[in-house]
Amino acid sequence: MPTASYLPSSEDYLRFLPEIILTVVGTMIMLLDAILGDKQNQKPVFGYVALVALCAALGAALGGYSHMGPAFSGMLTIDGFATFFRVLVISVGILTVLSSFQYLKREHAAAGDYHALVLFSVTGQCVMAGANELIMIFIGLEISSIATYVLAGYLRDDKRNNEAALKYFLLGSFATAFLLYGIAWIYGATGSTNLTRINHFLAANNESGLLIGTAAALMFVGFAFKVAAAPFQIWAPDVYQGAAAPVTLFMSVGPKAVAFAVFVRVFFTAFDSISARWDPFIWASALLSMVVGNFAALTQTNIKRMLAYSSIAHAGYIMVAITAHNQIGVAAVMFYLAAYALMNIGAFAVVTYFCRQGERYVNIEDFAGLGWKQPMTAGLFSIFLLSLIGVPLTGGFFGKFYIFQAAIDAHLVWLAVLGLLNSAVGAYYYLRILVVMYMEEPGEAACSVAPPGAALQTAMWATALGTLLLGIRPSVLLDFVRSSSVFGK
Amino acid sequence: MNLLTAVIFLPMAGFLLTLPLPRENHKFIRYFTLAFSLVTFVISLFLIPGVPFGARPAGSGFSFDVNAAWINVPPIRYHVGIDGISLWLVILTTLLTPICVLISWAHVHKHEKAFHLSLLLLEFGLVGVFCSLDLFLFFVFWEVCLVPMYFIIGIWGHDRRIYAALKFFVYTMAGSMLLLVAIIFLYNKTGTFDYADILAATQKGVLTYREEALLFLGFFIAFAIKVPMFPVHTWLPDAHVEAPAAGSVMLASVMLKMGTYGLLRFCLPLFPTAAHDNAGWISALAITGIIYGALVAMVQPNMKKVVAYSSVSHLGFVVLGLFTFTQQGLDGAVYQMLNHGVSTGALFILVGFLYERRHSLEIKDYGGVATRAPHLATIFMITMLASIGLPTLNNFVGEYLVLQGAALVHFRLAVFASIGVILSACYMLWLYQRVFYGRASESLMHHLPDLGTRDYWSIVPLIVLMVWMGVYSESFMPPISAANAAALPGIGAKKEMHVRNLQDRQYRPDSLASLREFFHADR
Repeated sequence: MPTASYLPSSEDYLRFLPEIILTVVGTMIMLLDAILGDKQNQKPVFGYVALVALCAALGAALGGYSHMGPAFSGMLTIDGFATFFRVLVISVGILTVLSSFQYLKREHAAAGDYHALVLFSVTGQCVMAGANELIMIFIGLEISSIATYVLAGYLRDDKRNNEAALKYFLLGSFATAFLLYGIAWIYGATGSTNLTRINHFLAANNESGLLIGTAAALMFVGFAFKVAAAPFQIWAPDVYQGAAAPVTLFMSVGPKAVAFAVFVRVFFTAFDSISARWDPFIWASALLSMVVGNFAALTQTNIKRMLAYSSIAHAGYIMVAITAHNQIGVAAVMFYLAAYALMNIGAFAVVTYFCRQGERYVNIEDFAGLGWKQPMTAGLFSIFLLSLIGVPLTGGFFGKFYIFQAAIDAHLVWLAVLGLLNSAVGAYYYLRILVVMYMEEPGEAACSVAPPGAALQTAMWATALGTLLLGIRPSVLLDFVRSSSVFGK
Repeated sequence: MNLLTAVIFLPMAGFLLTLPLPRENHKFIRYFTLAFSLVTFVISLFLIPGVPFGARPAGSGFSFDVNAAWINVPPIRYHVGIDGISLWLVILTTLLTPICVLISWAHVHKHEKAFHLSLLLLEFGLVGVFCSLDLFLFFVFWEVCLVPMYFIIGIWGHDRRIYAALKFFVYTMAGSMLLLVAIIFLYNKTGTFDYADILAATQKGVLTYREEALLFLGFFIAFAIKVPMFPVHTWLPDAHVEAPAAGSVMLASVMLKMGTYGLLRFCLPLFPTAAHDNAGWISALAITGIIYGALVAMVQPNMKKVVAYSSVSHLGFVVLGLFTFTQQGLDGAVYQMLNHGVSTGALFILVGFLYERRHSLEIKDYGGVATRAPHLATIFMITMLASIGLPTLNNFVGEYLVLQGAALVHFRLAVFASIGVILSACYMLWLYQRVFYGRASESLMHHLPDLGTRDYWSIVPLIVLMVWMGVYSESFMPPISAANAAALPGIGAKKEMHVRNLQDRQYRPDSLASLREFFHADR
């Protein structure tokens, strides 16, 4: 083979452009931060820079769709699936930055590092979305996770922030170790870390069952931790509650979405031929996540903690679609993650707005009477909550509908029935927020709140309109996810 | 533009137009909502000439048929149309909405804008439910109704409103999730959500018997919760009692009909075999509901609770009629849906009038109201007699037909069901006696103005309907009969039209065996 083919082509760089932009700007922000020093009035600048970088990356990711194909000798592959998740996580980044302005200012936190970390985390997630190699997945995961660990403890004088970061880091690295161990087993058994080659190997020789099974199980542990699916969800409530509200907003969506993407890609390409073995585990994990998430959320008084349990339940719904193990299921996972991203970011944006300095008002009771004091914000919050419940004409409803359609198509009727009954349980705790917002007399917290700032309002409106759009015209997204839910093996 | 689509989307247009209005301007919002809902009502009247009063139209069998694409994959279509059954339910909804605006005029004092928004959204959902010919669309409208009603109960209700609102939402949600599973399952079997196509497919037999039985149960439980049938009725008394007057009216008159309408439109035609096989215990539950509802209504200390439990009893008649699979039974059931909408709606309005004056729902706080407010007493009397089922008033016609249908299937069903009629006279007359007769207390005398003009405007249309529907049912019945007659062959109706002779079987009133035979024979 001529040496030239080992050098990356310009096409390769084009496919990798979003990650390049994000890394360069992220590093630049860190340098600028050091040069500019700790001047208060410089703070929003980093936010704007990050916003511009993310928008450019979004453009590059969309542009990458017309240059699909493998990059860097098959380490990455840019297909519809990767494009979808890159666009998703970059959009999550944009919404995170928009929601953070007011919060950072309020907490007098340094803005430079914060935005650099967000950009790095998004970079890692983009790498994961496009990875076609277990090693690339691992690298992307580490880039994303380490940045997120630091973000979780970003307000370093805050006790809860420290606790969250420590917990997240310890448990997270443990889970990553499982993943890495699984990768090592795979390499030992098949002699490759390339997903396509692993699949070919497994399809050709079916003798090394125990070895591969163990490897798949180890990797499952790693992924289940990252998506906060039961029984590996223990960290989520504490970390979500402890981290700063905009960080929780980011953490509950970005890393989770892309972990699902990798989960699906690895299990549906590499381990596709041994699906009969892992299907029961995912089935059980799906059911357990839904039950644990929904029932634990019922008794929560802290809204961040409640939304943490709710996000465990939502991970359970998504696992149902993975259990279905068909193309509709993959499309359903993608659609649901988009809808989930919109509604969950929206809900956390409202929490970010409402909690005030030092996160004083994070109890559900504090929202009493918000509906009459800030009707606009409360109205938007209601849209997110109704979407989380799964009421028609919102994205959450169609998400659930496609998931359970996939499940029933795969003859998982009982799982679908149990899942949907679970979502009826879920209705109860989301409704409680509506109850306090509209049916109780305004309390101190609701009376003292000022309308949200422009950036935060943009984030809320964008997510609300997106949620409604997915609920009224789901075809806009559905046609795309259906066509990009097949990956080459 | 299609007239039916206009009727469906007018309330939505009203909702969107009200949304940007400033909330301080509640007087304008009231007038605006009233005008908008009145216009919707008048326009909906023009649907009547479009529905043939004799045979069903050719083709799909539905008038004002619109079938437009909404979502391509899976193929979900905006497919609406009405027949003789849904026609009256739509008009009932559009009639009651302006009435609800009127009766809330004086006593909804907080968050007026949100209240009227909820009312319009509710109307949109309800009209949509009765017109949908696409199962998915039906489900969407079904759920859309849930949210505004939840707010109406929870925000403008009485003391335990939050508990009642949550209970209402979670009960219905649990039922509708089963409905959703069943709808998705049907879609995966038939590849379509279209009512007519699914009907054709199930008649061709795409479902195995086991599937049909499970799907029937999925649909049935969802609808039974909504009806509500004994023993899943427990949300209803709470919701009714705690809701404001307008909420109770919409809930009793229209929302409960979503359940019975669903049974008639989907459960019976789509799964006829399963429906026949399960008719035994369902009729037994219906009769239990009739008698239980009446007995419990008798001992309630709260006026709204009396009316709420009477609804359980009356809806039992509707379900009984549906599961007779006879022309009379179905006609009676549909007519009874409308009757219950008119007379129970009126009862809730009247109880609301009393509450507005005295601020209490407890029967013991009243007495002697007739001396102070004779007009109110007279109108209450007419409504109460209609609810009991006095001949020449509306409920009599429906109850008679249901009983006749039940008698055709099995005479003993009719015997037990008619106990409910007797009991309804007991609790209603007793309620009337305690509230309106006797000596009025001093405090009552000062708080009881008689009916005002606005009160008349809201109640008289319903009184007129009670008499009209009772005396000349020919104005309403033909399209209902035609729709039922067209559906009956698919449902697998019983054709024989004679009352079975009681002597043709050994009747042993003292043994359990006869009871078992009682419910299962003749099916």
